[in-house]
Amino acid sequence: MSLDLDTAAPPGGGGDRARPARAAHRRPASLTRLDLKYSPYLYVLPFFAIFAVFSAYPIGYTVWIALTDRSPLNATISFVGLDNFVELLTDDPQFWNAVVNTFGMFVLSTVPQLLLALVLANALNRKLRAQTFFRMAIAMPIITSTAVVALIFSMIYAKDFGLVNWLLDLVGLGPIDWRANRLASWFAISTMVDWRWVGYNALIYLAAMQSISKDMYEAAALDGASRRRQFWSITIPQLRPTIIFTLIISTIGGLQLFTEPLLFTSGSGGISGGSEGQFQTITMYLLDVMNTRFRWGYAGAVALVLFLLIALVSLVNYLLARRISSDK
Amino acid sequence: MTTTTLRPPVRPAAKAPRDAHQADRLWKATPLTWFGLVLGVILSLFPFYWMIVIASRTNDAANSWPPPFLPGGKLGENIQRVLENGDANIVKGLMNSFLVSGTITIATVFFGSLAGFAFAKLRFRGKNAMLLVILASMMVPIQLGVLPLYILMAELDWLNTMPSVTVPFLIGGFGIFMMRQYAEQAVPNELIEAARVDGCSTWRVYWHVVVPALRPAAAVLGLLTFMEQWNQFFWPFVVLADPANPTVQISLRSLNTAYFADNSQIFAGTLIATLPLFIVFVLFGRQIIGGIMEGAVKS
Repeated sequence: MSLDLDTAAPPGGGGDRARPARAAHRRPASLTRLDLKYSPYLYVLPFFAIFAVFSAYPIGYTVWIALTDRSPLNATISFVGLDNFVELLTDDPQFWNAVVNTFGMFVLSTVPQLLLALVLANALNRKLRAQTFFRMAIAMPIITSTAVVALIFSMIYAKDFGLVNWLLDLVGLGPIDWRANRLASWFAISTMVDWRWVGYNALIYLAAMQSISKDMYEAAALDGASRRRQFWSITIPQLRPTIIFTLIISTIGGLQLFTEPLLFTSGSGGISGGSEGQFQTITMYLLDVMNTRFRWGYAGAVALVLFLLIALVSLVNYLLARRISSDK
Repeated sequence: MTTTTLRPPVRPAAKAPRDAHQADRLWKATPLTWFGLVLGVILSLFPFYWMIVIASRTNDAANSWPPPFLPGGKLGENIQRVLENGDANIVKGLMNSFLVSGTITIATVFFGSLAGFAFAKLRFRGKNAMLLVILASMMVPIQLGVLPLYILMAELDWLNTMPSVTVPFLIGGFGIFMMRQYAEQAVPNELIEAARVDGCSTWRVYWHVVVPALRPAAAVLGLLTFMEQWNQFFWPFVVLADPANPTVQISLRSLNTAYFADNSQIFAGTLIATLPLFIVFVLFGRQIIGGIMEGAVKS
């Protein structure tokens, strides 16, 4: 949108064009050829150097380590084939507990998060006074870190003096021990995630809504379609690519959930996710295996399965979102 | 930047007045719209207010029933207690966070614009395959390689030091993609051609033609990168186990693991940890919001 303007009116720096000409100390043609040929590679080199050492190599190493019993406690490393994966998938209730928790909180946070973001974006897309104020206020939570969010909400959900329990008491409901009960803890953690991300997603939806042609709505209104009808029949289908995008981003983020449940427990021992692991996520379990039990080979298997789950769920979400919107 | 402009108020003049009137009604905010927005704003801002309330109370007042709803007078005292807390080392944490986030921000803008320029405007073999690798790298969660990366850090003797949380993040796929998208549209090819004819080397083209054109997008990339890095938790948690040399987020974690949960001190800590980004947001909120919205349209 705005970018076209920038292209049409090159920045002030463009006026400097005469300067390089002045400085054109003609270089040998061979040097120019070398420059043209190798400069591009030089410019992309920093990324690939860092990627190779700190991403590609560790990922490859993960695959290998998952096939061994490596541990800082073992003097020797032996190759164990797929044993780690077999144990993980067939004989590890704690892993499956973490999978259930992660997915539970993922669904419990993502669905309301995206729905609320859609509703907010739709409201922000109206003619409003103080537009900028509303956008800034709603986007503000993105400046907080997940650690800050977790600490603030941990107190809001405190059992004894927490704000939420006080509100519940006000309307005559008994206090809830937000950490002891599995569903309650999932709910509390999901609200932390949602508080931080609803505004962000609303801005993304708003941007997409603004690029929908206004004529479509006017035509629909002339045909007597209600606002609600316009929302479901024009806005949602037009937003399909954006919804898919936010779904995938939320999937990648949601299945990696870590900080909020970790800090939900005050004191040490947060990594176990509650007294019975009722809110231990896969990432927490991964670090548990890695740093408390020192089973590095097994941790490699956990990391790989986590990655496969993320890829699988992203794919399913993608297909679902495509399907749902094209049915309309 | 023009990205923050609102919906253009100008409508085609050719439309009949009745039409225009109807269109106006179509976009009018109903009371329900206002209700939803105001509720959204209150929910968005309340935790910030709550942060101040608890951070300015004594711990006893913070843990009382009913909870306090107005700020008290102990803010300075609580902040002093956090700053002097020997387990949290939050002053060290703040300095480390500034150092780490600042370094990564500068590196990301520089390497990102350089590579973005190459991908948008230069011709070289293997370009598309490389772009694909960069795109794929953005989809991979850090957890996948976390264990070998940890072992690598131990071998480099970087555990509990700042290079471990800086060097691996100096340039990521997002920065390159954002710069590439912007360079494609904001840097006219004719300008590059002209500079070439004048005998400019590729580097001079970058410095004199591309950098000035990329400046607005580079600023947004810098802001987003700084915010993201300042708030980083998972990886620092893995490699900065020694509380003596933390980033600010790890200092907060240390406050939380204390044997006695001192909420007013914890909240003063969250306030200190959020303040730098709050200032950034107040100064550059429009650009940040513009950046998020623009990124969304392009992807």
